Amino acid sequence: ACVLGAAAQAGEVDHPELVINGETRITVEAPAPDHLKDRLDTIYSGWVFRSKETQALEMDDFDNPAMVFVDKAWEVWNTPDGSEGKSCADCHGAVEESMKGVRAVYPKWNETAGEVRTLAQMVNECRTERMGADAWKYAGGQMAAIKALIGLQSRGMPVNVAIDGPARATWEKGRELYYTRTGQLELSCASWHEQNYDRMIRADHLSQGQINGFPVYRLKNAKLNTAHARFKGCVRDTRAETYKPGSPEFVTLELYVASRGNGLSVETPSVRN
Amino acid sequence: MKPTTLTLAVSLTDTPGDPVEGASIAGSKKKGNCVACHQVSALPDVPFQGDVGPSLDGVGNRWDAAQLRGILVDAKKTFPDTVMPSFHKIGGFIRPGNGFTGKAAKEGELKPLLGAQQIEDVIAFLATLKE
Ligand code: HEC
Ligand code: HEC
Ligand code: HEC
Repeated sequence: ACVLGAAAQAGEVDHPELVINGETRITVEAPAPDHLKDRLDTIYSGWVFRSKETQALEMDDFDNPAMVFVDKAWEVWNTPDGSEGKSCADCHGAVEESMKGVRAVYPKWNETAGEVRTLAQMVNECRTERMGADAWKYAGGQMAAIKALIGLQSRGMPVNVAIDGPARATWEKGRELYYTRTGQLELSCASWHEQNYDRMIRADHLSQGQINGFPVYRLKNAKLNTAHARFKGCVRDTRAETYKPGSPEFVTLELYVASRGNGLSVETPSVRN
Repeated sequence: MKPTTLTLAVSLTDTPGDPVEGASIAGSKKKGNCVACHQVSALPDVPFQGDVGPSLDGVGNRWDAAQLRGILVDAKKTFPDTVMPSFHKIGGFIRPGNGFTGKAAKEGELKPLLGAQQIEDVIAFLATLKE
C-alpha cells in the first residue's frame, strides 16, 4: 500500500460551486501556482471539504454566523479611540473603498518597516502609532473582527501575495517551517495538508490547510478564528511546543501558506466546523 | 516487494502481549489511536476510522512479530518518510511538546507514545488480524 504522494489528482475532489448571495462567485478550485507545481496540480479552498450543511452557511450572508462580528467591526471602524480621538474612518474613509483589494495581497513587504507585515500588524501600528490606542491582542476577537471586515472588501478577488523581491527571504523561511516535522508525532504541515488532503483522520476530512477563508467562523467555538490561532492549534496537535500568534515564525508561515493559495478567491468571513 | 524492515525479534518485556488490551490501545484516542489513520474491521465499535494509512486487516499474514515490533517502535526505519509516528522513541524530535499543551516538554521527561508492554499488547492484537 503506497500512500505517499499527493492524495488526489487534478480535479479529483468533487464539490459544488460556491456563489455567495447569488452574485459573488468564489473560486474554490484553481491550478496550483507555479512555485507549487512540482508538489500539487490543483489547489482547493477548505470549503470544498466541509459538509453540505456547513457549506450552505456560507452561501448567504443572512445565514453566515460571522456577519454579526463584521457588523460590530463596522461600528468600530467608525468610532474614535485612543488619545488622538481618531477613528479608522477618519484617515481611511469608507472601508468599502479604501480596503478593497487589500486582503488579497497581504502579508506584504512594507518599505517603511523594511520587513514583511501582516494585516494585523498594520492595524496595530495604526492603533499604537497613529491613534494613541492600545494594541489589540494579535489573535483576539477585536482583531479577528476588523480583519474580517477588511477582508470582506476583497471577497471574490484572487489571492495574489508577492513572493519575489524583498519578500523572498521571508517566504523561504516560511516554506522551511511548512516542511519541518515537529513534535513527538513528527508531522509537518505538508504531512497532512499536502500529502493527505481529502483523506480522513478519524472524523476530520483533511483539507489543504489554505488560509484564503481567514478569519473563519468555526462552529466548534462559535467565534472568528485567525490563521495564526489555527497554525498554533495544528502545531500543538503534533505534540510540539508551538510558536505564538504574531511571532516572526508565524508571520513567515502566513506569507508562505497564503502564497500556496494564490489563485483561490478571498473567501473571508468563511464558515468551517 | 517489502521494504527493508527494522526487525526486533526479542520481546520488549517478560510478560507476553495481551491481544484484548492491545485492541483497546489500538482503538483508543488517548492511547495508540491507530484508527486515526487505519481501518480495522476487527474493531467495529470504534467509529470514524481514518484512511491515511492502509487497512490493518490481514497484517498478521503480511508481517511477523519481529517485523511488527520494528514497525511499531520506529516506523520510519521500515517506511522512510512515512507520516506514521514512531511509537517507542524518546529522542530526536524538533520542538517536542508537553503532550498536547503546546508548551515545551520538560527536560528528560519525555515518555514514548506507547510503553514497552503496550507495544507488546498491540503486536499480540495485530498478530490476530489474519485473513
Ligand atoms: C491617523 C491616521 C490613521 C488612522 C486613525 C488609522 N490609520 Fe490605518 N493607515 C494609516 C497610514 C498612513 C497607513 C499606511 C502605512 C504604511 O503603508 O506604512 C495605514 C495603513 C493601514 C492598513 C494597510 C493598508 C494597505 O493598503 O496596505 C490597514 C489594514 C489599516 N491601516 C487599518 C486601520 C484600522 C483598522 C484603523 C483603525 C483601528 C486604522 N487603520 C486607523 C493611517 C491611519
Ligand atoms: C496533527 C495534524 C495536523 C497538522 C500536522 C497540521 N494540521 Fe492543519 N489542520 C488539521 C485538521 C484536522 C484540520 C481541520 C480539517 C481541515 O481543514 O483540514 C486542519 C485545518 C487547517 C487549516 C484550516 C483550513 C480552513 O479552510 O479552514 C489551516 C489554515 C491549517 N490547518 C494550516 C496548517 C499549517 C500551516 C500546518 C503546519 C504548521 C498544519 N495545518 C499542520 C490538522 C493538522
Ligand atoms: C498518523 C498516521 C498513522 C498512525 C497514527 C498510525 N499509522 Fe500505521 N501506518 C501509517 C501509514 C501512512 C502506513 C503506510 C506506510 C507508508 O507510509 O508507506 C502505515 C503502516 C502500518 C503498518 C504496515 C501495514 C501493512 O499492511 O503493510 C502497520 C502494521 C501499522 N501501520 C500499524 C500501526 C499501529 C498498530 C498503529 C497504532 C499504534 C499505527 N499504525 C498508527 C500511518 C499511521
